[in-house]
Amino acid sequence: MFELFSYGDAGWGDEILRGLAITVQLAIVTLPVGLFLGFLAAAASMSRLLPLRLLGFGYTTVMRGLPEILTLFVVYNGAGLLINAVLQWWAPEAAPTDFSPFAAGVVALGMVFGAFAAEVLRGAFQSLDSGQAEAGRAIGMTERQIFLRIRLPQVWRFALPGLGNLWINMLKDTALVSVIALDDLMRMTKVAVGVTKQPFTFYLLACLIYWAMCVLSELVLGQMERRANRGIRRA
Amino acid sequence: MTPPDIILKAEDIHKSFGSVEVLKGISLAARNHDVISILGSSGSGKSTFLRCLNFLETPTSGKVTVHGEEILVKNGKPQNARHIEAIRARLGMVFQQFNLWTHRTVLENVMEGPIQVKGEPKAEARSKAEAFLKRVGLEERMHMYPSQLSGGQQQRVAIARALAMEPDAILFDEPTSALDPELVGEVLKVMQDLAAEGRTMIVVTHEMGFAREVSSEVVFLHEGRIAEQGPPGEMFTNPKTEEFRRFIAKAM
Ligand SMILES: Nc1ncnc2c1ncn2[C@@H]1O[C@H](COP(=O)(O)OP(=O)(O)OP(=O)(O)O)[C@@H](O)[C@H]1O
Ligand SMILES: [Mg+2]
Repeated sequence: MFELFSYGDAGWGDEILRGLAITVQLAIVTLPVGLFLGFLAAAASMSRLLPLRLLGFGYTTVMRGLPEILTLFVVYNGAGLLINAVLQWWAPEAAPTDFSPFAAGVVALGMVFGAFAAEVLRGAFQSLDSGQAEAGRAIGMTERQIFLRIRLPQVWRFALPGLGNLWINMLKDTALVSVIALDDLMRMTKVAVGVTKQPFTFYLLACLIYWAMCVLSELVLGQMERRANRGIRRA
Repeated sequence: MTPPDIILKAEDIHKSFGSVEVLKGISLAARNHDVISILGSSGSGKSTFLRCLNFLETPTSGKVTVHGEEILVKNGKPQNARHIEAIRARLGMVFQQFNLWTHRTVLENVMEGPIQVKGEPKAEARSKAEAFLKRVGLEERMHMYPSQLSGGQQQRVAIARALAMEPDAILFDEPTSALDPELVGEVLKVMQDLAAEGRTMIVVTHEMGFAREVSSEVVFLHEGRIAEQGPPGEMFTNPKTEEFRRFIAKAM
């Protein structure tokens, strides 16, 4: 039984671990992309300019309305076509390239994360006490300083729980990229099941690994929330 | 034109919110060492006027001059908005709700302005901040967060934060109104000490004792206008307008 999980040719341990590494990499690379998009979309939807507001709200409603897997297909195939079209025009003699599944995964998951994060961030910015920024203004701080030194540090307290949920959702959604042939944890598990005909063992193992990642995330998030709430609750 | 000892001058300040005119042309000048109390019933425009002085509200029209820096406002547009931050750095402000930054310690709250706005070196800002906290009797609490302090202590920290900018004048908007009655005294005591050391202060307050005993001038606002103005002794013993007479009768 244990040699099933062993390292090397005989066992599946190394394949599963490599899959896990891809899954973790994908999630970790997607996070900053998603947060960046989230901040952009939140800023757009809170803008004074109507076109920007429409753009921000348009992006969030469209992304939230699409099944994640459809977003992934659109990005993977659509972006591939787009890249090749540009390539054709830029360097007609070059051979057509494929959009890497990893990059497609980052873009698609990042766009989904960003849309939901925008809502979380918008709500969080709106729940900030306006007196805090006002105190900065009254002392002569610039709007930029007020954003970076007052609003941004304070917004985490309101945004962290929501962003934490989104992170955990995204971590699980990485499994979707197995359908575009990225060798992540999910796909390696399916391959192992296909070869060994032991679905129960390998799916259970995958369950345990995803669950362990969530528990670990929750521990880290709990720690971060305590830090962000420093000074808010009485010590 | 401005006499040299005039620190802050507001001329013909108007302010409307939508179609409602809340300030109907208020002028006021504060000379060095003046302590001006602004009185008036709720909704008379006291806070709005105070906030127009440092442009937390933009007046609809009027002119504010602080230490020679002048900002003229026409049709709600300040003519030289670049000076707004400079004016704010010269005017401290103490809020009714303290507004200490919750994510920073007491010491960090006091150091923030000098470092970020005035560009003071950290070590210098720190030793000054400690001195100002000592001044308001809170040097032992400097590593605590605002939420760990009582309201009176928080307001004293807010005063130290304003002092740390070494302002030309300090604006107070009902600094004791959010406090439990037993904590009002400690804040008033600090303000009284500041007045005694010659700080220029403009104080919106409901504390008749402070207005009467500490201030050098009292301004009574009624429906967006100055209804009565003068030295407190005279005004309180001999009110000229019916509105002020009724106001003090109710407040005493
Ligand atoms: N941001 C705003 N938008 C619309 N109306 C406002 C705004 N701020 C103040 N007002 C109105 O302006 C008037 C004056 O308000 P202000 O806060 O200056 O009064 P105040 O004299 O400070 O009263 P209080 O003693 O209750 O603090 C009030 O009628 C108030 O409703
Ligand atoms: Mg008020």
